[in-house]
Amino acid sequence: MTPLAENLFFQLLVGGSLLGSLLCAIAWGVAGLRKRLQEQRFLVDRINSILPQTQCGRCGHPGCRPYARAIATGEAINRCPPGGDRAIRRLSLLLNEARVPLDPAHGEIESAKVAVIREAECIGCTKCIVACPVDAIIGAAKHMHTVIASECTGCDLCIEPCPVDCIDLVERAPAFRYWSLAALATDPLSGEPCHD
Amino acid sequence: MIRQAFSDLFERLGSTSRRGIRPATLRESSLRSRIMPTPIPRELILSLQHYPDTSAKDVSSMKPCVEVGEWVAKYQLIAREKGPNATRLHAPTSGTVQAIEEIPPAVNGQRARLAIRLLTDTDERELPLEPPSDYRSLAPEQMIQLIEDAGICGMGGAGFPTATKVRDALEKGVKTLIINGVECEPYISCDEALIRERADLTVQGAELLQAACLADDCVIVIDNAMPAARQALKEKLQGSAIKLQVVRRRYPAGDERQLVKAVCRREVPNDGHPTDIGVLVQNIGTAVAVYEAIVHAKPCISRIVTLTGSALLTPKNFDAPIGTPVQHLLNLCGVNENQHEFTIRGGSMMGQYLMDQAAPIEKTTNCIIASNNAEIPEREAEQACIRCGYCEQACPAQLQPQRLLASIRNEEWQDTVELGLDDCIECGACAVVCPSRIPLVSYFRAGKEIHNEDHSAQRQSRHWQERFQFHQYRIKKNQEKARSAKVAAQSAGEEQGFSRDQARMEISAAVERVRRRREALARETGHGEEKS
Repeated sequence: MTPLAENLFFQLLVGGSLLGSLLCAIAWGVAGLRKRLQEQRFLVDRINSILPQTQCGRCGHPGCRPYARAIATGEAINRCPPGGDRAIRRLSLLLNEARVPLDPAHGEIESAKVAVIREAECIGCTKCIVACPVDAIIGAAKHMHTVIASECTGCDLCIEPCPVDCIDLVERAPAFRYWSLAALATDPLSGEPCHD
Repeated sequence: MIRQAFSDLFERLGSTSRRGIRPATLRESSLRSRIMPTPIPRELILSLQHYPDTSAKDVSSMKPCVEVGEWVAKYQLIAREKGPNATRLHAPTSGTVQAIEEIPPAVNGQRARLAIRLLTDTDERELPLEPPSDYRSLAPEQMIQLIEDAGICGMGGAGFPTATKVRDALEKGVKTLIINGVECEPYISCDEALIRERADLTVQGAELLQAACLADDCVIVIDNAMPAARQALKEKLQGSAIKLQVVRRRYPAGDERQLVKAVCRREVPNDGHPTDIGVLVQNIGTAVAVYEAIVHAKPCISRIVTLTGSALLTPKNFDAPIGTPVQHLLNLCGVNENQHEFTIRGGSMMGQYLMDQAAPIEKTTNCIIASNNAEIPEREAEQACIRCGYCEQACPAQLQPQRLLASIRNEEWQDTVELGLDDCIECGACAVVCPSRIPLVSYFRAGKEIHNEDHSAQRQSRHWQERFQFHQYRIKKNQEKARSAKVAAQSAGEEQGFSRDQARMEISAAVERVRRRREALARETGHGEEKS
C-alpha cells in the first residue's frame, strides 16, 4: 500500500484545489479592484459635476477634472474660488466633510466675470484662441478676435498670453435676487436679527 | 358594494379640502355699487411686458407695431406677441402714441419695462369690427384664432394666453371645462360683480369655450358667499347643459389645483397641468372676454378691477381700460389721504405693495387696495417656531411648512426638494396662522429663488464641461490629423523610392556638377579671372 502522499489521485486533488483557490483569490481581488476603481471614477464624476468647470486652474491643477480626482483621493475641498461657497457646501454634503471657508491662498470669492477684447487694439495673433479652454474666442490670424460672452467662463487664461494686453475681465451683471434670507431673519422694526 | 360606498365616502371627504384658512369676507363695501364704466384718462400706459412680471426668467414681451407720433384708432392692434407666452395688445381708445419708453417697476422685484404711452383724444373713433356672420357654426380652430386675435390672456392673475391654453386642451382632449368664479381672497370682488351683472355673457362665454375645446361637460364654480351671483347664474342656466357648483368659501379654494380637486375629485399631478387629467380651467373674466371676442370680434381692451380698502371713500368695481393709471381710479373713488398709507396690487393675501401710483392697470390686475397699517398690518418681528403644527393644517398643498422652514434655514436644498418646495403655491395661509409670526411664505419664495439659482449654475457648468470636452477632443483630433499627414507624406515618398540620404547625395552631386561646369567654363574663357 502506497502512502497517501504518493497517491496520484490525492496529489491531483490537492494540487487542483490549491490552484483553484489561488485562481479564485486572484479573480476576487481583480473584481474588488475593478469595483473600487469604478466607484472612484463615479465619485470623481460626481465631484466634477459640482465644480464650476471654468477650467481656470486656480486650485493648482490643470483643470476641473484633475482637481476632482485629487479631491477624491483626499485633497482639501476649499480650493475652488469660482465655485465659492456653493461648491464647498455641496462638496461637504457629498463627501461628508466639514464645511470650511475658502482657502485664501487660492484666491477670493468673486462675482462672475466675462472676458472682453478691446477690439481696436487686437492685432490678431490667435494666442488667446489657443489658450481658451472652452473655445469661446473667435477670430482668425491678423484679424480682430472677439469673445462669445455667453460661452465665456471668465477663467482669465486668455489674459496672460495676449501680447498687447487688450483683454479685460469685467463683472457680469449679478443674478436678479428679490428675496434674501438674511433680511428675512431680521426684525423689520429694530433691524436686529430675530432669534431662532 | 358596501366597500365601494365607503371608498366613495372617503374620497368625498378627502377631496372637499378642509385645509386652507377662512379669512373674513370684506367684499361688501366694493359690491355696494354696480360696475362703473371708467371715464377715459388723459393718458394710457400700455405695458409691453408680458406676465409673469416678478420672475427674472421667462419674461416674454410684445413688440410694438406703431410708431411714436402715430394716431391710432380704438381696437387697433398696437403690439404683437414676441416669444411664446405673450398676447397681442390693442388700443383701448383712439389717440396719439406719445412715447415708447421704459416705465418704472410697479411692484418690488419687477424690473423697468417698456410701455407705450397713449395720449387719448375724446373722439373714440374706432375701427369697424368684423364679427363672424354665424358664430354658432364656427369650427373650434376658428374660435381659437378669434381668441388669439383678441389678445386674451387669463384674467385670474397668472395671465397665460388663453388661445394657447385652449389649443393645448383641444389637442390633448378634455372632458371637463371648469369656469372659475371662486374668489377666495378677502377683498377681491371683481368676479362676483361680473357674474351678478353679466351672468348671461358669462354663460354664453362658457358655452363658447366649451365648443372651442370640445369638452364633454362644463361646470361653473362659485363659492357660497355670493348669493346674488348664485341667483343670477341660476336664472341664466335654466335649460342649459352647464352645471353650477357651489364650493365652501375657503382660502385658497380658487386655486386651480384646489378647484380641480373639489370638482373632479382628482388631483392634478404635481409636475403637470389640469389638461393632463382632462380638465381645463378658465376664469370667469376670461369667459366674458371670449364671448366678446367670438361674437363681436372685439379685442380685449378692458377688464373689471376692484378698488377697495379703508382709505377709499366709495370702494367699487370699475370696468377699466387696460393701461389706466391706478391713480386715476383712486381719484374716482375718492381717497381719504389721512387713512392712505400704502396701496396693494392684487389681494391682501397674495398681492404686492404698489411702488408707483402711476402704474397702469394690466390685463391681470384684478384688485387695488388702498389701505393702512391699522387695517392690514405689516410684518411683525418673528419669534421662534414652537412646533404647533398649525401651518401644516392650513397648507392646501399638504406640505409641512415647519420642516421646510428648518431645511431652508439650514440651507439643505436637497431636503427642501424632497419636502416638496416646488409644490408650494405661495398662498400665504401658513404665514397667516403662524402664532410666532414667521413670514413662512417669504422664506419659501427665497428658497425657491436660491434653488433655481443653484439649478441654473449647475446647468451652466454642465454646458461648460461639454464645451471643454469638445475642445480637448478637437485638439486631439487635430494633432492626430497632423501626425497622420506627416506619416502619409513620408510613406508616399518612400513608395516612390525616395529617402533622405539619397536626396542628400543627389543634391551634393548636383552641386558638384554645377561647380565642375563653372570651372570648365572658366578654363575655356581662359585667364583665371574667375579665381580672383
